[in-house]
Amino acid sequence: MNATLKLLASAPWSAKFGIFIILGYAFVAIFAPVLTPYGETEIVGAEFELWGDGFILGTDSLGRDMLTRLIYGARNTIGIAFLTTILAFLLGSVTGFLAAAISGWVDQLLSRVVDVLMAIPALIFGLLVLTIVGTSITNMVLVIAVLESTRVFRLARAVAMGIVVMDYVEAARLRGEGLWWIMSREVLPNALPPLVAEFGLRFCFVFLFISALSFLGLGIQPPTADWGSMVRDNATLITFGDITPLMPAAAIALLTVAVNFVVDWFLHKASGLKE
Amino acid sequence: MKSDNKLSSAMNTDVSRRGFLGGTAALGVTAASTSALMGKKAYAAKKGGHLRAGIAHGSTTDSLDPATYENGFSLALDYTLFNHLGEVDHTGTVKPELAESWEASPDAKTWSFKLRQGVEFHNGKTLEASDVIASIEYHMGEDTKSAAKSLLKQVKSMKADGKNEVVIELEAGNADFPYVISDYHIAIKPAKDGKIDPTEGIGTGPYALENYEPGVRLMANKNKNYFKSDRGHFDQVELITIIDLAARQNALTTGEIDMMDRADLKTVHLLKRQKGINVMETVGYKHYTMPMRTDTAPFDSNDLRLALKYSLDREELVKKILRGHGVVGNDHPISPTNQYHAEGLAQRMYDPDKAKFHFKKAGMEGTTIQLSAADAAFPGAVDAAVLYKEHAAKAGIDIEVVREPNDGYWSNVWMKKGWCACYWGGRPTEDWMFTTAYAAGADWNDTFWKHDRFNELLLAARAELDSDKRRTMYYEMQEIVSNDGGVVVPMFANYVFAATDKILPSEQMAGNWELDGSKFAERWSFA
Amino acid sequence: MSQILKMVAQRFALGFLTLFIVSLIIFLGIELLPGDIAEEILGQSATPETVAAFRKELGLDVPAHIRYFDWLWGMLQGDMGRSLANKREISELIGLRFGNTLFLAVTAAAISVPLALTLGVLAALYRHSFYDRAVNVVTLSSISFPEFFVAYILIFLVSVTFPIFPSIANISDATPFWDKVYKVLLPALTLTLVVVAHMMRMTRAAIINLLASPYIEMANLKGLSRARVIVKHALPNALAPIINVVVINLAYLIVGVVVVEVVFVYPGLGQLMVDSVSKRDLPVVQASAMIFAGTYVLLNLLADILSILTNPRLLHPR
Repeated sequence: MNATLKLLASAPWSAKFGIFIILGYAFVAIFAPVLTPYGETEIVGAEFELWGDGFILGTDSLGRDMLTRLIYGARNTIGIAFLTTILAFLLGSVTGFLAAAISGWVDQLLSRVVDVLMAIPALIFGLLVLTIVGTSITNMVLVIAVLESTRVFRLARAVAMGIVVMDYVEAARLRGEGLWWIMSREVLPNALPPLVAEFGLRFCFVFLFISALSFLGLGIQPPTADWGSMVRDNATLITFGDITPLMPAAAIALLTVAVNFVVDWFLHKASGLKE
Repeated sequence: MKSDNKLSSAMNTDVSRRGFLGGTAALGVTAASTSALMGKKAYAAKKGGHLRAGIAHGSTTDSLDPATYENGFSLALDYTLFNHLGEVDHTGTVKPELAESWEASPDAKTWSFKLRQGVEFHNGKTLEASDVIASIEYHMGEDTKSAAKSLLKQVKSMKADGKNEVVIELEAGNADFPYVISDYHIAIKPAKDGKIDPTEGIGTGPYALENYEPGVRLMANKNKNYFKSDRGHFDQVELITIIDLAARQNALTTGEIDMMDRADLKTVHLLKRQKGINVMETVGYKHYTMPMRTDTAPFDSNDLRLALKYSLDREELVKKILRGHGVVGNDHPISPTNQYHAEGLAQRMYDPDKAKFHFKKAGMEGTTIQLSAADAAFPGAVDAAVLYKEHAAKAGIDIEVVREPNDGYWSNVWMKKGWCACYWGGRPTEDWMFTTAYAAGADWNDTFWKHDRFNELLLAARAELDSDKRRTMYYEMQEIVSNDGGVVVPMFANYVFAATDKILPSEQMAGNWELDGSKFAERWSFA
Repeated sequence: MSQILKMVAQRFALGFLTLFIVSLIIFLGIELLPGDIAEEILGQSATPETVAAFRKELGLDVPAHIRYFDWLWGMLQGDMGRSLANKREISELIGLRFGNTLFLAVTAAAISVPLALTLGVLAALYRHSFYDRAVNVVTLSSISFPEFFVAYILIFLVSVTFPIFPSIANISDATPFWDKVYKVLLPALTLTLVVVAHMMRMTRAAIINLLASPYIEMANLKGLSRARVIVKHALPNALAPIINVVVINLAYLIVGVVVVEVVFVYPGLGQLMVDSVSKRDLPVVQASAMIFAGTYVLLNLLADILSILTNPRLLHPR
């Protein structure tokens, strides 16, 4: 515990800022019902009320409190996006490492499956599958996770390919170490930095994918608040210079920046550079 | 109603448009003498210019085939290139177009259409009765896929009487037949060996096709031989598909296009403030509905239907979904602009107590009702459903909003799910609307509703020649639909569209479709 | 080198296998989607009778597997068939649009790839500086915004407020070349903002990941300048993951830009495919899918060849 605190204290300001923001978002997401002045779907006023006067950030197009929607949006959007991204990384990196470590027909098989999945435009694929199986949150998380995992697979495999030809892996093989040992002790630690870097962006792409799905009417079920749909619902306002849709977009952007600041710090640590 | 079609005299009806005109004026659409539109030029339309119109519809799968016209782009294309036997004017009355006049037998069973003489197709061919018959026949018979098929089922036989007259015999009398035969699908095309080529773009319309790239654009040049000498002012018309709302509005404000349909209601107040932009609005027949399947539980209980009808605050929907660009509905499909709109019928109000009472009486307490919606049904449908849920909650009714994919909405949700959101362009006549979607067994009876008294009245009213009797019957039918029908009609939506101030629209615009009955290319000009 | 040729041949064979499987999946997917082309085109006005007549006209009453093999047989002979919806020759329909899609992708790539690599190398060179942070914040924010939103903001700035670029890119084949370039600049810029962060960050990460390697320290000890160490020593070894990310993004520029096409009214292949999926116009969906899949396979092969060429260990496996 002490060591962790010390480590945190030694972090650059950007990483501290990132951690602070992430913790803040987590706090808001967890305590959403306590923090919000109104209910998530409650209609509390006229449409597009101005800032102030009982509604700190005004109301949305149906007269729901904007601040409340933003806070609940944090809960729903972040929850779904992180769950999906983590699933995608588990699936993608394990299969990627396997393909690189075993090579041969396993590699061929996995690579071809991934090729096929990636060769079909993701949005079309999502549209096909979700229309057929239905758009429950579980289905959406699974479908997006599988689609995103193909991108992770490619990266994981590419990085691991560079590692498994290294002398130390060769040595481990000759020592008779098992596949699992090689993957977890040799490949994973060395492949982690690029994967973590990818993670910082992937989760953002998941937001965007959900928002693109809502473009086709397939996203999260209303009246659940989510940031992607909130941007889309009000997007046309921006072309008249009205900044309402910037708020949920900025909420996503701030989180992305924060996560990536932490990722950068980790990369720096992992690289072993002493600067 | 048909002041200059011979039907009125032939059938000795005395239909005055006055009541109707008063109604529209009150709604903010001024209707004046027809001469402004049909007769001499009342204001200076400039000849020439290249019109670029941004249209909210159009798919790469569209075609020139009139059997499958289905969206706003097909409508605009249709009225740019083609003519029909009649056209609906700004008062909602059908006027002869390619027909010079029409006449009905006293029982309204036999209709003869006298064609205008000397009308030429874009390829130089002269219009004859055989062209008209072939164009209509294309939508009839076993093998047609035409959307107008069920409309034309009432046609028993057709024959040419000389080169310039077509006689159509109906299965049963229909006083409104000139409206039906002027439906936009029934575009008149040149016949060759008794058949039209549906994929060809040759018509008699104000512009001749230059090129058409489905889902992208249509280019058409002025038809120099157009038979209406005071119409079709532009040299060239370009219809551009711009599906994205913001893109369309930006294109208009930056001068990439001259006019557009479907203004975004959320931002129309901001658009109005832009310099050089005119926002226009017409009241038509378009209404949004939420049909319930009355043939399946739980919607077979009229108490449940009433409970749901009472648990919606229609005013708020008009305010928030239409932003005031429309009027509240009364749970029947007859628009305030329709001739026999039941004005005396009490407006259904939001009444949670009554809703609670009927909900309890239906024995539904504690159950959840699913309402399917997608923005494919109408813009804002999902939001409307969410508002509905909130309103109903106050009556203790739990509505679960199910957002369906836009993709395949009309084939998988509409007329399949128990209760869903839907949209109707509406019809200019009561009979047409009721026959299409409320008559027992009709193809598009989306509530699967069957009411004996209603169906009796429908047949009687269709054949009834006395306007007052007709009015009484249509009033009763509206009341029946409102109190017993399976449809919630929250609102009638206005058409809201915009043009730059370089465009001079008609003085009075038709409301049967958006953009002046979709005939802007013919009726508008540069200022 | 023969190693590579062998691989290329092998990959081409596998590529065809991929295309075949993709075509099967698409076919099954469209068949499984509720509703068929007759219902979707007739839309709200469909009745059982008209749908049946339409199906008969289109030959949809033939069993699915026969239709698939008919399609496959035609495809093998280079005949993509005709659109079910409007009977147009698919090769002609798609040729034009694929050209447009490539044109936009190439323009966007020409801006974004050099930009991303330069920004990334500079960020690695001046890591933790104000420049590094600023570039990160800006690019990260830009990818956090949905594409259509980035497009709206750009339109608001450079075509509504300051009328520099047209707000829609409605080109046709008659549009002169430079006019086309001018019209696609705004969509290309939008796409650049969308893809640059990904490539730039991977470049930076891949380089930094190598900086602690013994050979880099060696180079540092030799007293080489930081810039020289990074460009000459670190970058070549970091190329594999960078190439991978660049290729993924290139593929995205071709395959995934349907939203940008919609917002800028650009007649590309993505819009055609979405329209055709929603109307169940199977031959057009298949043909578009084949083109997208083919593009992907080729780009992928390119990435692998480049990765091998830049990594001697992979070039000469023991």
